[in-house]
Amino acid sequence: MKWPAFGYVRASTLDDVWRLQAEHGDGARILAGGQTLLATLAFRLSEPELLVDITRVAALGGISEAGGTLRIGALTRHAELGRDPLVARHAPLLAEAVPFIAHPAIRNRGTIGGSLAYADPAAELPACVVALGATIVLASAAGERRVPAASFFTGLLETALRPGELIAAVEVPIATPAHRSAIVEVARRSGDYAMAGLAACVTLDGPRVAAARLAYFGVGNGPVLAQGAMAALQGRALGAESIAAAQAALARDLDPPSDLHGPPEMKRHLARVLTARALSRFLPATEIAA
Amino acid sequence: MNEITPASIGLSREDLPNSYIGRSVPRPNLPKLVQGRAAYTDDVTLPRMVQAAFLRSPHAHARILAIDTSAALQVPGVLRVFTGADLAKVCDPWVATLDHLKGMKSAPQYPLPLDRATWQGEPVVAVVADSRAAAEDGVAALAVEWEPLPAQLDMETALDPGAVVIHPELGDNLVFTRTAEKGDVAAAMAAAHKVVEATFLTGRHTGVTLEARSIIADWNRADETLTVHHSTQAPHMMQGVFAKQLRMEEGAVRVICKDVGGSFGIKVHVYPDEVAVAAMSRILGRPVKFVADRFESFVSDIHARDHRITGRIAVDAEGRILAFDIDDRTGIGPYSVYPRTSAIEGNQVVNLCGGPYDFANYRCTTTVVLQNKTPTCQYRAVGHPIATAVTEGLVDLAAEALGLDPIEIRRRNLIRDDAYPYTSPPGMRFEGLSHHAALDKLLAMVPVERIRADQAEQRKRGVYRGLGFASFIELTNPSPFMYGIGGARISAQDGATVRMDPDGSVVVMSGVTEQGQGTEGILRQIVAHGVGVPLERVKVITGDTQTTPYGGGTWACRGAGIGGEAALQSAIALKQQILVVAGAMLQAAPETLDIRMGQVVERETGRERMPLGELGRIVYFRGDTLPKDLPRELVQTRHFITKEYPFAFTNGIQACWAEVDTDTGMVKVLEHWCVEDCGRVINPLLVDEQIRGGIVQGLGGALYEHCVYDEQGNLLTTTMADYLVPMSAEMPEMHVGHVETPTQESLLGAKGAGEAGTAGAPAALMNAINDALRPLGARVTEQPFTPARILRALGTI
Amino acid sequence: MSARVEITLTVNGERVTRGVEPRRHLVDFLRLDLGLTGSHAGCEHGVCGACTVRVDGDIVRGCLVLAASLDGADVTTIEGLTDSGEAEDLQAAFVARNAAQCGFCTPGMVMAAADILRHHPEATRDEIREHLSGNYCRCTGYQAIVDAVEQTLVARRGDAR
Repeated sequence: MKWPAFGYVRASTLDDVWRLQAEHGDGARILAGGQTLLATLAFRLSEPELLVDITRVAALGGISEAGGTLRIGALTRHAELGRDPLVARHAPLLAEAVPFIAHPAIRNRGTIGGSLAYADPAAELPACVVALGATIVLASAAGERRVPAASFFTGLLETALRPGELIAAVEVPIATPAHRSAIVEVARRSGDYAMAGLAACVTLDGPRVAAARLAYFGVGNGPVLAQGAMAALQGRALGAESIAAAQAALARDLDPPSDLHGPPEMKRHLARVLTARALSRFLPATEIAA
Repeated sequence: MNEITPASIGLSREDLPNSYIGRSVPRPNLPKLVQGRAAYTDDVTLPRMVQAAFLRSPHAHARILAIDTSAALQVPGVLRVFTGADLAKVCDPWVATLDHLKGMKSAPQYPLPLDRATWQGEPVVAVVADSRAAAEDGVAALAVEWEPLPAQLDMETALDPGAVVIHPELGDNLVFTRTAEKGDVAAAMAAAHKVVEATFLTGRHTGVTLEARSIIADWNRADETLTVHHSTQAPHMMQGVFAKQLRMEEGAVRVICKDVGGSFGIKVHVYPDEVAVAAMSRILGRPVKFVADRFESFVSDIHARDHRITGRIAVDAEGRILAFDIDDRTGIGPYSVYPRTSAIEGNQVVNLCGGPYDFANYRCTTTVVLQNKTPTCQYRAVGHPIATAVTEGLVDLAAEALGLDPIEIRRRNLIRDDAYPYTSPPGMRFEGLSHHAALDKLLAMVPVERIRADQAEQRKRGVYRGLGFASFIELTNPSPFMYGIGGARISAQDGATVRMDPDGSVVVMSGVTEQGQGTEGILRQIVAHGVGVPLERVKVITGDTQTTPYGGGTWACRGAGIGGEAALQSAIALKQQILVVAGAMLQAAPETLDIRMGQVVERETGRERMPLGELGRIVYFRGDTLPKDLPRELVQTRHFITKEYPFAFTNGIQACWAEVDTDTGMVKVLEHWCVEDCGRVINPLLVDEQIRGGIVQGLGGALYEHCVYDEQGNLLTTTMADYLVPMSAEMPEMHVGHVETPTQESLLGAKGAGEAGTAGAPAALMNAINDALRPLGARVTEQPFTPARILRALGTI
Repeated sequence: MSARVEITLTVNGERVTRGVEPRRHLVDFLRLDLGLTGSHAGCEHGVCGACTVRVDGDIVRGCLVLAASLDGADVTTIEGLTDSGEAEDLQAAFVARNAAQCGFCTPGMVMAAADILRHHPEATRDEIREHLSGNYCRCTGYQAIVDAVEQTLVARRGDAR
């Protein structure tokens, strides 16, 4: 459908944004890449009064590293994320995730801030930031606050964003040599939302798992950090047995909905399959299961 | 005409100087398409044109209690609001039945309903505004009071005592039923060595033409004419429909279809919203445009292939097929669709099951019932994918039960290549098919041994790959036996006018149309060949009822065989006429002359005597120099209709090599092959690409595409994110080969090719998946073959 | 509130100034305001790719970009791409290989393919398929399109050596 009528204004600074929000309250919606917002407007499910275009607010852009933290500005386009050398070096999980996101034309516009703010349960980036133990930096007229990614996604399409807040940046602890990460998903076609997916970060101490963060997507209301599966791996040698233990523990971690693709049991099953596929990537070549 | 034989007019594959038949020449319309200079209906703007949008029923079944238009009329840009009562004043309802489908019934359908909506998505109120956005704003401001009614959503219960009878005046929900019987099925089953049974589902899906349905209707009050720019397959048919429904003379209606962005059958039907647009223009006296957006396309384009088929096959100990016994149930919408009717798909299942095979005993029943879901009708290949899936699925099951190789069982049962003419058990008459030659050709293309070796090797590693086959027949070049005899004003004949202009260039006007398959390309080739001019000197005009001869448009693969034949015959007639004039000018007998590459030449020696431009100059500007009694109309029209066979059946066979990830249920199509016999191939490149496109469209319905409803009759798959179509990353490389068995019904000998890919692909894929899963004891028969269905078959979930 | 926004941008090398309704997306702006009907709307929710155009050097979904946000932008459509001759060999390959049938997806497909020529000149056949995986074609089954792109890349690589 054609979009309902709304106003449009471009913000040059964050102060512009706060002023416009004060003026229009709920009626003002933030427009970044627009790849999700504008698609939803086509369904005429919401009728914003005013779109505030933040794409030229310099404070929200840029990728930099300082003091062991990689700071990714909220306006970073997916395409930029996928080719940035700092991301490739310090948060390879994100670089690996980008090719799964939709298609090139979408990736040229969509932003990480938008993806996290919209929080589609089958999207890759929300799960990645949870797996990375990242911190979401939120800005408002009142200043900045930080929320751990694992606490940011609060329900179906819901986040910890308060009215008047926007995502300013994502802060990711940089990867160490002991760090391994992988993102795997099952999607019907290239670029589709995942039927089930897993963003996995593991820190190995020799053969043993020193720390594991398994963030599943497409299997719940948002990214699911599978505490049971992670605990099943903790301190154990990574191999067929510990992987099987993690798979078994998933039964308590996941409570998937049914959707057009299939019943909850299917997502549970796919999550188990993905667990093995992701974790097997961290095994030395001789040990990879058939 | 009777003296002309294919050989005498140079119809062979030899490289004659101007024999374009059989050559892969590029299409003349491609440059504009790749440069973005085409003219689709939405690209057309007319003075004072307004836009329409529709309020569509949110309910599967509901009484319309009240429509409050007052707020809508206040919306900026909105000009007018129309209800069913408004349009009924100028537009009559229609009923989609065919007399030869005995007992068929359907209720009258109005462009906008008068008091009741019977499917979710039915257009109920129309808003006209100065922009589409404003029209939608108007729709959003309408207030409609509904009384939701119980809906009939299950085809299996539609005839049960407790069913919701959608049109009480019809008595029940039965639209049509028919049983074809031959021989003694019961006896054959009793005497059989093995009987295998299976139930198949083909999932309801739809065409998803990238250019959505589009129409501009322009009623000119001053000269009382209606001009319609319409993305349609059959402009003359639509001319007749608009004239009839709006109570006009056909001569007062002109339908123009220039570039069409895909049709596949979706755009050959009569849609209530499109007729509503014409009625609105009639009332307003100005152009009204409507372009469906994607959401309304999903809910209002015709759906297709909503079938449950139970089938049994009986075989003897040698693997010879003794009988097929098939029961087909299909749920359409609340109305049969006009004018082709929604019973044809089920009727084709009855006519086509078992098609490629030689067997004696047959029984097949179709039961077509109404539902409160989007109306269904003919979509590429119509009943063929269903009949082929059932037939080939059962044949594979029989092979498995007997321990026979799937190729071997087909060898033993395909109709022999020398058995023609042949009439199948359901009564289909085949002039000449080539099942065995096609199989031979396929086996020369498919590296079966290598694939089987790879299959065995991969199985040891837990990787499951399968090879599946599907033989099929495909009806093309339909005669009036398909629709005409049922009373439908659907033309099985077609016409072409070929004319030479003063400078020797040639123009052909044809009643068949272009939607991307290459109609204009092959007409150009045929006419260039028939007259004897270089390809570049021929211009093709299609898609305008004011200038083209009355024709049927494009459907059931008739463009080449029927439209092409008319073009060839009129081109030959024009050549003969030119040679009569040339003979007079050159003092030579016309039979001693020929036209080659735009020159009049001596037939024996090839010596050039005169360029056509010179002849044209004399005829048009110096007629005083020609004999007074010389006929000099350098324009000829011929119409062609098939006379001997109701259809020109074609045949083919496909193979699909697929891998099933048994952990995830995901299917990867590795490679696909198709050998097709469509008679004379006019342009191999175009035919091959039609087959490839058809295969992918068939794979779409078999793997991905499904119109899914919830228990309230809400369509859940209304976006391109939910309704999955095949995209480039998942589709295989496809190899196409040909056998050519021309039809004797025409000089050209061409049959049709457009739907063959779609007819066989789902069956070949199904058999490949089941071949892959056989060692695991799993089988799938319900399309689409989604991961969930495969995991269920494996017992994983 | 929904007051028109004045934008000045370059479209196919021509400077254009218009006042647009904020809710007008780029494809409608091109088609309705500028008469550039080569770009098509196939779904208006970013999935089918028929609306693919180039903005500031990147391919984007024209249906998911506000015209109002394009002040100062540089837009290239299929018409501009054609006139510049940048992908003449690609377009010729489409014609020769019959990589278009109804043509409705073709402008978007050519824009996406031209992006491969520009940014991924070493693309393999599988990579070509992947890059085009966001452009829906119902007619061709994709193989001819992939052939045309591959042919063009190979020819260019050959010329470069």
